[in-house]
Amino acid sequence: MDAFLLQILNGLDKGSAYALIALGLTLIFGTLGVVNFAHGALFMIGAFCAVTLQRLLTLSYETVDPERTDFLGNPMTVETPYVEAWFGPATGGALVDWAVPLAIVLAIPVMMLVGFVMERGLIQHFYKRPHADQILVTFGLAIVLQEIVKAVYGANPIPTPAPSALRGSMDVGALVGMEAYAVVYPIWRLVYFVFAALVIGGVFAFLRFTTFGMVVRAGMADRETVGLLGIDIDKRFTLMFGLAAAVAGLAGVMYTPILSPNYHMGMDFLVLSFVVVVVGGMGSLPGAVLAGFLLGILQSFASMNEVKSLIPGIDQIIIYLVAIVILLTRPRGLMGRRGVMEE
Amino acid sequence: MSILEVRDISKRFGGLQALSDVNISVAENTVHAIIGPNGAGKSTLLNCFVGKLIPDTGSVSFDGQSVLGRKPHQINQMGISRVFQTPEIFADLTVIENMMVPCFAHRDGPFRLHAFESVPKERHITEMAEAMLDDVSMLEKRDLHAGSLSRGDKRRLEMAMCLVQEPRLLLLDEPTAGMARADTNNTIQLLKDIRRTRNLTMVIIEHDMHVVFSLADRITVLAQGTPLVEDVPENIKGHPKVREAYLGEAQV
Amino acid sequence: MTDATQTAFPAQTPRAEAARDAQGRRDRMLLLIVALLALAAPILLNPFPTASALAQFNAGYPDLMQRFAIYGILAIGFNILFGLTGYLSFGHAAFLGVGSYSAVWMFKLLSMNVIPAILLATVIGGLFALVIGFVSLRRSGIYFSILTLAFAQMCYNLAYSVLTPISNGETGLQLSLSDPRVLDGPSSGSLPVTSLFGAEMREAATITLGGWSWTFSVGYYVCAALLLLAFWLSIRIFRSPFGLMLRAVKSNQNRMAYTGLSARPYTLAAFVISGMYAGLAGGLLASMDPLAGADRMQWTASGEVVLMTILGGAGTLLGPVLGAGVIKYFENIFSKINDAILHQWVAVLPDGLEDAVVAVIHPFVGKGWHLTLGLIFMAVVIFLPGGLVEGARRAGAVVRRRDRNAPSVESDAAARRAAAE
Repeated sequence: MDAFLLQILNGLDKGSAYALIALGLTLIFGTLGVVNFAHGALFMIGAFCAVTLQRLLTLSYETVDPERTDFLGNPMTVETPYVEAWFGPATGGALVDWAVPLAIVLAIPVMMLVGFVMERGLIQHFYKRPHADQILVTFGLAIVLQEIVKAVYGANPIPTPAPSALRGSMDVGALVGMEAYAVVYPIWRLVYFVFAALVIGGVFAFLRFTTFGMVVRAGMADRETVGLLGIDIDKRFTLMFGLAAAVAGLAGVMYTPILSPNYHMGMDFLVLSFVVVVVGGMGSLPGAVLAGFLLGILQSFASMNEVKSLIPGIDQIIIYLVAIVILLTRPRGLMGRRGVMEE
Repeated sequence: MSILEVRDISKRFGGLQALSDVNISVAENTVHAIIGPNGAGKSTLLNCFVGKLIPDTGSVSFDGQSVLGRKPHQINQMGISRVFQTPEIFADLTVIENMMVPCFAHRDGPFRLHAFESVPKERHITEMAEAMLDDVSMLEKRDLHAGSLSRGDKRRLEMAMCLVQEPRLLLLDEPTAGMARADTNNTIQLLKDIRRTRNLTMVIIEHDMHVVFSLADRITVLAQGTPLVEDVPENIKGHPKVREAYLGEAQV
Repeated sequence: MTDATQTAFPAQTPRAEAARDAQGRRDRMLLLIVALLALAAPILLNPFPTASALAQFNAGYPDLMQRFAIYGILAIGFNILFGLTGYLSFGHAAFLGVGSYSAVWMFKLLSMNVIPAILLATVIGGLFALVIGFVSLRRSGIYFSILTLAFAQMCYNLAYSVLTPISNGETGLQLSLSDPRVLDGPSSGSLPVTSLFGAEMREAATITLGGWSWTFSVGYYVCAALLLLAFWLSIRIFRSPFGLMLRAVKSNQNRMAYTGLSARPYTLAAFVISGMYAGLAGGLLASMDPLAGADRMQWTASGEVVLMTILGGAGTLLGPVLGAGVIKYFENIFSKINDAILHQWVAVLPDGLEDAVVAVIHPFVGKGWHLTLGLIFMAVVIFLPGGLVEGARRAGAVVRRRDRNAPSVESDAAARRAAAE
């Protein structure tokens, strides 16, 4: 039982990331009909928003501290972040410590902007072109984006720690009445899961309870009819692209303490997220979320030693295997709508 | 002797009974028209003949053999060709290449790995294709891209592609839909010529009564998935049931 | 065919006859030009004297020329699938990888002769394609792309993990002195090298003439010969009834079915043929340098083939080879340009300006060559969907408007593509 719970928990953080990226991919595909291979790059840019904020907050000036000496006996230079000088060491220190969650505030406008620019500048010219062309141009864009990040931030992963209060692990087992230390789980991963659940809930609530969301959902179901009603669906779809970019970006921001950001993390996640979208059913939002968590948890179960000794290598291929089986037996995916991308 | 025998076929889509107990018998070398108001099930019926849909009950047999459960390409190889409402051609290929594809299909069957022959050296195929193009007066357009043709020419090309396979049954789904009067008359003339020169049975679905009455030998009137009457054109014209079906539609 | 049937139809129009001959002539001409270029590549690709500052742009060294030829073969094969049928595979690296593994195993077990290695690599590539294609081709469009991607990633992950006894995991499969090599007998001293009936792949003759130096290696000419064979085969396939059917699949599968043709065997055959091309390319890579690693199967490697084909011009004969050449040239030459070299070039400018110019160019060269590649690729997809070949055709058309020349070699294919857009 405890092993079971642990595997589910282990699957949740990856599953959350898959679900968030797949949700954005599906939003873009469902509204604009575009297959966006640059979506992983948006996730990566989000992660680098956290890196940027961390760097901004730790911008420092140097002072010479006469009371301390380095190992040669010279007075030591001490770096003090400007924020500590401005707000005092306590507030300033806390700001630096909470850089990752604070980056959410930075990421939302940045990602929306990136999304708008992408859609207006590039994607809109590809609505009428074949899916293969959309894949190719966004694939090219993904290469360009990740190379730019590489040129600015270098090729090595950049550690971005979680706030110190949220580091370390937590005895989850004890919370649900199991014996102490049976299921110990890193706190930040729980935070990530809760965060992902909130974002997903937020997106669904937005689509369900606002007029804007209703129009978008109607547009996803039947674009032409909504267009005939005199509603400017294109403008709303552009906004949805920004929203999808923001969701991917937020997923990236909060993922940085789990995986130190590097320039190719987007591509790594993209491939799996596409598999997730296809398994969930192209164009189905609940399908994307469900499949994201499902595959994350499946993957974590497949990595159990008991399973691996039974079927060697299963942990490496489980996701792809599931995708192949689903695509062949249920071409529309778990929850796909009829007629979406069927030839 | 009937070449297409449709017995008691029914088809349901969810809550909609698209076809119920349809019986049609098409005699060889005749033109049989199926008419009816919108939503009468004409296209559904046609799709059951060619393997795109499988009826829930009943049987469809062509020349004594059942077509049910066969794939569209297998049914075509039995000798049934189909002309679509909007011409389905190979828009990226040239006119002559469009013609050669059915020629090869007719000679080589559903698949052959002829990767080392050369298309230009297939003289017999080229001649067949060109002769057919000549028959529909499109030979001078042989090297144009099919996608750039006018709608009327696309229709002619599609018809030629079907005919070059020497089918025994040609199915036409609203061949004059969306055409100008002149084009419609040309198409009627083309179909009449085909009828005169080839041993061929035609089943035609049509909205335009002018077309139907200038071509058909027998007419089946379909309404709400069931055949109302089947008779020769003269008797259909003033038939009260037919009038009711069409006027009923007009009133709605 | 009897005389009776001949007379039953009107004779071919003279114009058709002429067009047919012209096409045949153009194809032979194209093959001849490619053959001459391949033959003279060691000279043509070394246009700059060894001592000159521009010598770093010389691409005429065996290792790089072999890559041109090998990736050319890979892209030609990919183009038979994507260019003709429109099925976009994101899993071709898998076939390249298994080709390499099979070739290295041949070197370990049988003989250092490249012939059995290349043959096995081609066959294994084809077998893998048969299995993967049989499953993946049940779907089309983006689903097909994802399925091929999934299969390739599975191969990659397995090669890294449980299949280590076959693939030697992260280290990669290498030769060792203890390998049996049944035909060659045990080796002693140093590791044996790959050869073609005794002629070693790395054997090369260097000719120095004036300031120039040209290297002619056995390995390159083996690759070039196979490239020509691959190119010739692709011309045959493009002009065959089979090729026509593949283009029909791309154009309209619905009409295809109602014309009595079954699309799946055609696409499967194209997939297997292109898998065999990829297997051959993998086998050749191992023949030039007998080691095989799993990273050759990663999906980024599949993406690279896609880039090559699109960049050069999908659906054209010459495009894929051209695209492969451009990308490999970038990868090997452009990536070597560092700041010191940049400073040399713009040394004539005043100091401040010089630094500024170098700073602007810097991100696009050296380690940043991927950025340039990505930008070029995007530009091609956006503005020139026919690729470089289409670009050459348009440029040619501009020139021709001035001095009405004969039509260019590739114009028909490119025009067809342009019309399809």
